[in-house]
Amino acid sequence: MSDVQTTAAPPEFADATRDDTALRRFLHGLPGVDQVGVEQRAAGLATRSIKKDSKLWAIDTAISMVDLTTLEGADTEGKVRSLCAKARRPDPDFPDVPQVGAVCVYPDMVATAVKALDGADIGIASVATAFPSGRSSLSIKLEDTRMAVEAGATEIDMVIDRGAFLSGKYMRVFEEIRAVKAACGSAHLKVILETGELATYDNVRRASWLALLAGGDFIKTSTGKVSPAATLPVTHVMLQAVHDWHAATGEHRGVKPAGGIRTTKDAIRYLVAVHEVAGPAWLDPHLFRFGASSLLNDLLMQRRTQLAGHYSGPDYVTVD
Amino acid sequence: MTWDYAPAPESRAIANLKPSYRMFLDGQFVEGGGEPLKSVNPATEEVLAEVSTASAADVDRAVKAARRAYDKVWGRMPGAERAKYIYRIARMIAERARELAVLESLDNGKPIKESRDVDVPTASAHFFYHAGWADKLDYAGYGPGPRPLGVAGQVIPWNFPLLMAAWKIAPALACGNTVVLKPAETTPLTALVLAEIIQQAELPPGVVNILPGAGDVGAELVNHPGVDKVAFTGSTEVGKVIQRSLAGTGKKLTLELGGKAANVVFDDAPLDQAVEGIVNGIFFNQGHVCCAGSRLLVQESVADELLAKLRTRVSTLRVGDPLDKNTDVGAINSGEQLARIKELVASGESEGAERWTSPCPVPEKGYFFAPTVFANVSQAMRIAREEIFGPVLSVLTFRTPDEAVAKANNTPYGLSAGIWTEKGSRILWMADRMRAGVVWANTFNRFDPTAPFGGYQESGFGREGGRAGLEAYLDV
Repeated sequence: MSDVQTTAAPPEFADATRDDTALRRFLHGLPGVDQVGVEQRAAGLATRSIKKDSKLWAIDTAISMVDLTTLEGADTEGKVRSLCAKARRPDPDFPDVPQVGAVCVYPDMVATAVKALDGADIGIASVATAFPSGRSSLSIKLEDTRMAVEAGATEIDMVIDRGAFLSGKYMRVFEEIRAVKAACGSAHLKVILETGELATYDNVRRASWLALLAGGDFIKTSTGKVSPAATLPVTHVMLQAVHDWHAATGEHRGVKPAGGIRTTKDAIRYLVAVHEVAGPAWLDPHLFRFGASSLLNDLLMQRRTQLAGHYSGPDYVTVD
Repeated sequence: MTWDYAPAPESRAIANLKPSYRMFLDGQFVEGGGEPLKSVNPATEEVLAEVSTASAADVDRAVKAARRAYDKVWGRMPGAERAKYIYRIARMIAERARELAVLESLDNGKPIKESRDVDVPTASAHFFYHAGWADKLDYAGYGPGPRPLGVAGQVIPWNFPLLMAAWKIAPALACGNTVVLKPAETTPLTALVLAEIIQQAELPPGVVNILPGAGDVGAELVNHPGVDKVAFTGSTEVGKVIQRSLAGTGKKLTLELGGKAANVVFDDAPLDQAVEGIVNGIFFNQGHVCCAGSRLLVQESVADELLAKLRTRVSTLRVGDPLDKNTDVGAINSGEQLARIKELVASGESEGAERWTSPCPVPEKGYFFAPTVFANVSQAMRIAREEIFGPVLSVLTFRTPDEAVAKANNTPYGLSAGIWTEKGSRILWMADRMRAGVVWANTFNRFDPTAPFGGYQESGFGREGGRAGLEAYLDV
C-alpha cells in the first residue's frame, strides 16, 4: 500500500511547480491555519482515553514506528552497535515485542549500523544534507546524501533550507528537495521542515505542501536540535496535509514527528491524531514514525505494566 | 488497520445518585406537594431517581421565604459579605466537579467530556466571577449604590442544567437579590445537588430556593405577585406567554430564547478550523444549544471543498454512551425531543434538501440521533427557519458578503452568529451588520462569564454575564 516511490509532482499539480511565480501563488493560495482553532482541536483530541486492549495495541504499534535515534557529536561505533542491538530486541524478556521501524544515525555511522543490523528487517535512516542547519552548498548536500546511500542507508532524513524558505525562495527549496530525492535512488526520503524555525502554522502548511510536491516520501517536523521540536498542533497541520494530498492524488505520504516525544502518553496522543486527522490507513510504520530515543523504553515499561497489571521500573528495561 | 478504542466509561458511582431527591425551600430539603416526577437517563431510558415537585402552595411558601431572606438578611448585607458566600459556592462546585459532571451526564445525556470540561468548570467560574462583583457594584457603571430588585423567579431549561442555574443564581446573589429557581422537569438533579452545596455553604435560609416541577410550577412562579424579577431561558413560545402575562405587572423581565444562528464561512477562511467550528457549533451538546450554529452559510466557491471536509470530519464523531470519555455526541435529552428532531428531518427530506447522515454506529437503546447534514437548503425550508435543537445542520450558500448578511439576518431569531475569514476588516464589517447578540469570529460556542450573552428579536432580551448582565438584577 505504502511503498510507493514518489517521483515527479503528479499531473494535478504540474502547473503549481512550473516556475517560481506559480509555486509561490500555489503555496500562498492554500487555506490559512487558524492558530487558536488548531491548538484547540489538538488539545481536544489529546483528551481521548485509550485503555486496555486498545492501549496495548497502541503501544505495540508505536514501538514499530520508532526511528531509534542517536545524533550526537559523541556517537561512536560502540554506541551505534548497542543502539542496533536494542532495535533488534527492544525487550529481551519479551521476544514478541515488535522491532522498531528504523535506526537513525549520522552518515558516517551508516556502515556500522548496516553491519549491526545485517539480516534484520529494520530500516537504516541517515540524516544528511548538512544536518541539522542545512547551511552548505547543494553539491556538498548531495555528496552527503550519496555517501549515506552508498553506505547502505535505506532512508534519508534531509533538512530543508529554512533560510531560503523564510526569504520566500520556494523554488530553490523545491529544487533542492528534488535533487536530494534523485540522489537518494531507491532510499526513502524524509524531509525535515524544522517547524520550530518556521514558527507559524501557515508556514508549516506551505512547507509541507512544498515537500510533498517535490517528492518527499515523508514530511518530518524537526531535527531535534531546535526548540520547540515536535508539537501536537504542528503534527496536526502536517497530518492534514498528507490527508489532503491523498484526497487529491491517491498517494499515501508519511509523517514523522521528532524530538520531545518521551512518554507513552504522548505517543498515544500522536496516534490518536494520526487516526482521526489523517485516517486509519496512516496507523502503519510505512506512513508514520516517531523520531525518538528515550520514548522506546517508556513504551516498553508501559507494555510490561499492561501485561503484568503493575509497574516494574526502569531497571527492568535495557539501557542501550 | 482498525483501532477500536476500548470503552473508557467514567464510573457511575461517582455521581452519588440517590433514589429520591427533595426540593429545597427556606434552607431545608422538604417534600413538595406536587406529583413526584421521575428523572430518566436518556441514554438507557431507565429511571434515575424520583424527585418531589412543588405545588402552588409550595411556590407561595418559597417566594415568601425568599422575601423574608431579602428583607431581613441578604438585601441589606454588605457586598463584601455576600461575596464570601458566593466564593464558597464556587469553590464547592469545583471541589465536587467530578460528581456533578457524572450526574449531569446521567441525567441530561451529554457526553462526560463536555460536562467535565465545559458545564461544571464554567458553572464554577460564573460564581467566582460574580462573587468578585458583589462589593464593586458602585463601579459597575450604574451610579453609586445600585439597589437589588428583590425576589427573582427563575426558570431554566434542560440543555445545560447546572450551568444555567449558575448563570441565573450567581448574578442575582451578587447584586443582593434572593432566588426561587425552577429547574427543567427532565433534568432536576444537578440543581438539587447545587442546593446541597448552597446549604453546606451556610447561605442564610430562603436566599436560594429550588423547586422542581413542570411548566405549571414555572407559570405559578413567574405569575406570583411576590416576585419582582423574572428570568427565563427556554423556548420562544413559552417566552412569549410569560411576557404577555407579565405585561403591566411592573416585574422586570429578561428572556433568553431560541435561535437559528448563521455560521458564515468565506472563501478565505481557515477551512480546516472552520470545519472544527462548524462541528463544535452544531454537534456540541447534541445540538441542544440555543446559540447553536444550525445554519451554515458557505461561500459557493468553496462549498464543495468545505462540505467534503465536513463530512469526513463528522464521520469521525463518536456517538454513544455519554459516560464514555471518548464519546463526542451523547443522547438526545428526551423521547419527545427526539421525535421533534425526526419530524423536522423528515420535513427537510420531503422539501427537497439533500440529506447526509454520519455512518457511525448508534446505540439501539436510548434516545440517539446520528449527526446529520442537509445540503442544498433554501431559506424557505422549515429546516432553515425553525429551531431543530438537535444534531442537524442546514447548509446554504451565498455569493457576496451582502448576500451573506441578508441571509444570516433573515430569521426572526438573533442570538448568535459566526464569521470565518482571515480578513480582519471583513470580520468587523460583518459583525457590524449581524443582528445577533453574540458574534464569534473564527471560533464558535465559546462561553465566558465575563462576556455578556443574550439575543435580538425572538431570541429574547436582556444580557447574562459580564458587566452588562448585572443590569438585569439591579434597580437601574
